[in-house]
Amino acid sequence: MSDVIVQSGQEVVGVSRITGPIMIVEGASNVSYDEVVEIRDGQGNLRRGRVLEVGEKTCVVQIFAGSTGLSIDGTRVRFLGDTLRIPVAEEMLGRVFDGLGNPLDGGPQPLTDHYADVNGQPINPTARIYPRDYIQTGISAIDGLNTLLRGQKLPIFSGAGMPHDQLAAQIVRQATLGAATDAPASGQVEQFAIVFAAMGVKHDVANFFRRSFTDSGALTRVAMFLNLADDPPVERLVTPRAALTLAEYLAYERGMHVLVILTDMTNYCEALRQISNIRGEVPSRKGYPGYLYSDLASMYERTGRIRTSEGSITQIPILTMPSDDITHPVPDLTGYITEGQITLGRELDHSGIYPPIAVLPSLSRLMKDGIGQGRTRGDHPRWGAQLYAAYAHMQDVRSLASVIGEEELGEVDQKYLKFGRAFEKEFVNQSLTENRTIEQTLSIGWRLLSMLPKDELTRVSLDELKNYYKGDDADH
Amino acid sequence: MSEQIGTVTWISGPVVRARGSRYVGMLELVEVGEERLVGEVIGLNGDIITVQVYEETSGMKPGAPMYGTGLPLSVELGPGLLKSIFDGVQRPLPLIEIESGSFIGRGMRLDPLYRKDRWKFTPTAKVGDVVSRSAIIGTVMETETFEHRIMVPADLFGTLSWVAPSGEYTIEEPIAKLKVGNQEKVLTMLQRWPVRKPRPYLNRLRGTTPLITGQRVLDTFFPVSKGGAAGIPGPFGSGKTVTQHSIAKWADAQVIVYIGCGERGNEMTEVLQEFPHLVDPRSGRPLMERTVLIANTSNMPVAAREASIYTGITIAEYYRDMGYHVALMADSTSRWAEALREVSGRLEEMPAEEGYPAYLAGRLAEFYERAGYVETMNDHIGSVTIVGAVSPPGGDFSEPVTQHTKRFIRCFWALDKSLSSARHFPSINWLDSYSEYLDDVAEWWQEKVGKDWLKMRNHAMELLSEESRLSQIVKLVGPDALPDEERLVLETSRLLREGFLQQNAMDKVDAYSTIQKQIRMLELILHFHERGLRIVKHGAPISLIHNLPVVDTLIRMKGLVPNEELEKMEDIQKQIDEQMSQLDAEYR
Repeated sequence: MSDVIVQSGQEVVGVSRITGPIMIVEGASNVSYDEVVEIRDGQGNLRRGRVLEVGEKTCVVQIFAGSTGLSIDGTRVRFLGDTLRIPVAEEMLGRVFDGLGNPLDGGPQPLTDHYADVNGQPINPTARIYPRDYIQTGISAIDGLNTLLRGQKLPIFSGAGMPHDQLAAQIVRQATLGAATDAPASGQVEQFAIVFAAMGVKHDVANFFRRSFTDSGALTRVAMFLNLADDPPVERLVTPRAALTLAEYLAYERGMHVLVILTDMTNYCEALRQISNIRGEVPSRKGYPGYLYSDLASMYERTGRIRTSEGSITQIPILTMPSDDITHPVPDLTGYITEGQITLGRELDHSGIYPPIAVLPSLSRLMKDGIGQGRTRGDHPRWGAQLYAAYAHMQDVRSLASVIGEEELGEVDQKYLKFGRAFEKEFVNQSLTENRTIEQTLSIGWRLLSMLPKDELTRVSLDELKNYYKGDDADH
Repeated sequence: MSEQIGTVTWISGPVVRARGSRYVGMLELVEVGEERLVGEVIGLNGDIITVQVYEETSGMKPGAPMYGTGLPLSVELGPGLLKSIFDGVQRPLPLIEIESGSFIGRGMRLDPLYRKDRWKFTPTAKVGDVVSRSAIIGTVMETETFEHRIMVPADLFGTLSWVAPSGEYTIEEPIAKLKVGNQEKVLTMLQRWPVRKPRPYLNRLRGTTPLITGQRVLDTFFPVSKGGAAGIPGPFGSGKTVTQHSIAKWADAQVIVYIGCGERGNEMTEVLQEFPHLVDPRSGRPLMERTVLIANTSNMPVAAREASIYTGITIAEYYRDMGYHVALMADSTSRWAEALREVSGRLEEMPAEEGYPAYLAGRLAEFYERAGYVETMNDHIGSVTIVGAVSPPGGDFSEPVTQHTKRFIRCFWALDKSLSSARHFPSINWLDSYSEYLDDVAEWWQEKVGKDWLKMRNHAMELLSEESRLSQIVKLVGPDALPDEERLVLETSRLLREGFLQQNAMDKVDAYSTIQKQIRMLELILHFHERGLRIVKHGAPISLIHNLPVVDTLIRMKGLVPNEELEKMEDIQKQIDEQMSQLDAEYR
């Protein structure tokens, strides 16, 4: 075969090997790394792919739609001369796209001359604004103890069968920019948008979110990128990036506040593992490639606020932990990149608590900067630390009680047990439609803390005890 | 300055191969493609040159040119480093922002140090002086309080044939001429040093001064000496970064080099926005004025992440050589190790454990060995202390990076997820942590506080480990089954945990404890224990001791007694004595 200097747009033959969704093309030069290719099979159908590795005469191409039906000689490849770009426009809100950004709803391609590279570029740390505005979700376990801020990436760690979708939908429905309890309501309507990316989830799940967006009247503000369970897995590698590319455009060029929901990251990582496997790369843990961390970071880090725009990107990735194992590489590496995590607990779910947010393994790293005086309420930080500490101690008491029996516990520990039950039933637990203000959340917390003797509450200040403690030994 | 040395033949992510000159050196800096992306030669095989590129390679084609520079990857050293923020290969991020906007573009070639600033140079050497390597020939006030000492480059020595008079100069203007043999070299305030080569020093000394951080659990229980190396391993959410930030804020080093290596963008922004407003308790100046930041966040190119550690340590050594005490934070060395792994994987090298290359341990050793308390070439005393965060997957300390790190550090601050879940911060587990510097720094403590710190510290540790043993029993049979003496151990340990080890970084009073406050707090808690023990022996029930009002005071004293008002501690001691004596009188 003679060498061909490939001009952009020129079609070549020369596929020498196909393994799974990876194909090796020989004899093409002038191919660039990460370039998009168009692949025409024997029947003339088109599919797209991307260059993973390029040498002088060979290149390795990953086919998004998989290689079914491709033959060695009947396949023609066209190098498009550019990295993968998708059109971005405000009109994409209210529309549904496939995992590569093509319309799925029968509508036309978005009319725009603005095409953006799906890989994005890293935000310069000096250009960021540190997130400080809290988002009131109306969910006590989040607002009170794991406060979500605008520009934060806060994943939901869940397991199969737990109500993470309901929780995410409730957050989307109820989220408003929080105000301090003593500040007047601003009444200002801000531009907001939701970008939803589904990776390998069931049709039911996609429909659930769609219904939920319709019910809350938000559908016209939502762009959905769907790669469902029966869609080609390799396409999944592009889906979140396409979604984030649109989100970046909306946030940083159109000044909107964008909430990005990515579900389910575990499926994404499995697709990445599959490709890595086929390429014969050296695996690190559980067969996942060594660059899984960097790869995840390249998406999660596309969150935040920058100085030149009013807008922001807040990310809520959802991932299911295989066999509820938080040390599995996917949740583990995610936790190292994201700014905290909302962890759902199987036990709480079994005892009928919704949302089953396991408070102790959950965390919001940015919370400290978005709460307190002038943001939520002055007592919030120490109130939170106290609730955590009391609930953590209660866990010890509970395990002790399961050995020696509740009656054998000391008086104080019995109070802790009662506190723990009430905490789960009244604080964590709330209905799918209940939208609590931060004030309500704080006062429920104080009511629960008042079940404990005053001298157990060493994390809150003496003034706060005086103001809010209503227990038996309160000062009268 | 650069000529074409080869042509690109193969590209896979950050690793690029080219065919070309056989005269290219290992670790030489090269530029790849028309965009002139910066890279470093990491392998040579015949005429095939393998390069790791510090930028995104999307769009690059085989056939692209590769240019040589003849120099190894180096950093620029000179006045203007403080207050800067660089990426992993020392490109100034604020200038990148001006050039390419909020997102980091490719092929940016910017001078790390600003060329146009004029610095007021005061010579301290004169013509005819015979100067050794790193000899100090002048000074510049880099900030209002920080004296930057201008040194002869660490690889030159000779006789000064000309010294510039006092005056303002840019870093590129000559400030001296040096006769080396029969050659004359022009010296400027700007110099370069290859990052992978440790800067020379005269002697390594035994570090006997602790790095004081104001964090009680570190200073009192697990001190690191100046020039020592400490590791902070912990699973996510256990407070590594908060601990690193606290040390960067409060450590009594004169210069802080903070490397955000593969971590979150928002965290670096937090440091950037917070440090200029925080005041260094010692100099009274903004903390930023003693800080150099290296930020290569997790989404920035992975090869530059690998380089960031070396860039940071070389800058640290430069300030050390002026006779300063420098503390370097690396957050996180695991991300650096992963960068090594990623590049190694692309080179198709044979992996050792968990895909990491076999030279992981060697690289870690090289890095941690660059810490040290030294006599510099110019007869000053300086030190570099390294505090490296480790992020073990799944919090499993048996993984390779943690295990190898443990071999090269002498101070281990083990973070514990269960403590952080219970909001016990800093969540450093007192049973899993250790410090081998205890004996080294004991004398220093004795001198500074006039008390036997080591004895008290060991006594407190005994109580805490006793508590851990007892709590096993409590878990099985409940606390009532224990004799009162042992229950007192539980009580005192609670005071130690809640009143001493826990420290609130957000609280103004509690965020920083002087060593005087630390030792006094420890003393009071141990005093409580001692008095309690006596009256328990007389038969007073533990529940009464538990209910003494002073117990609450002891837990709250960290936030109630500011560093400047330690005399208030006397009051608390009196309260202990009075309340205990009263109990004692009832039961004697």
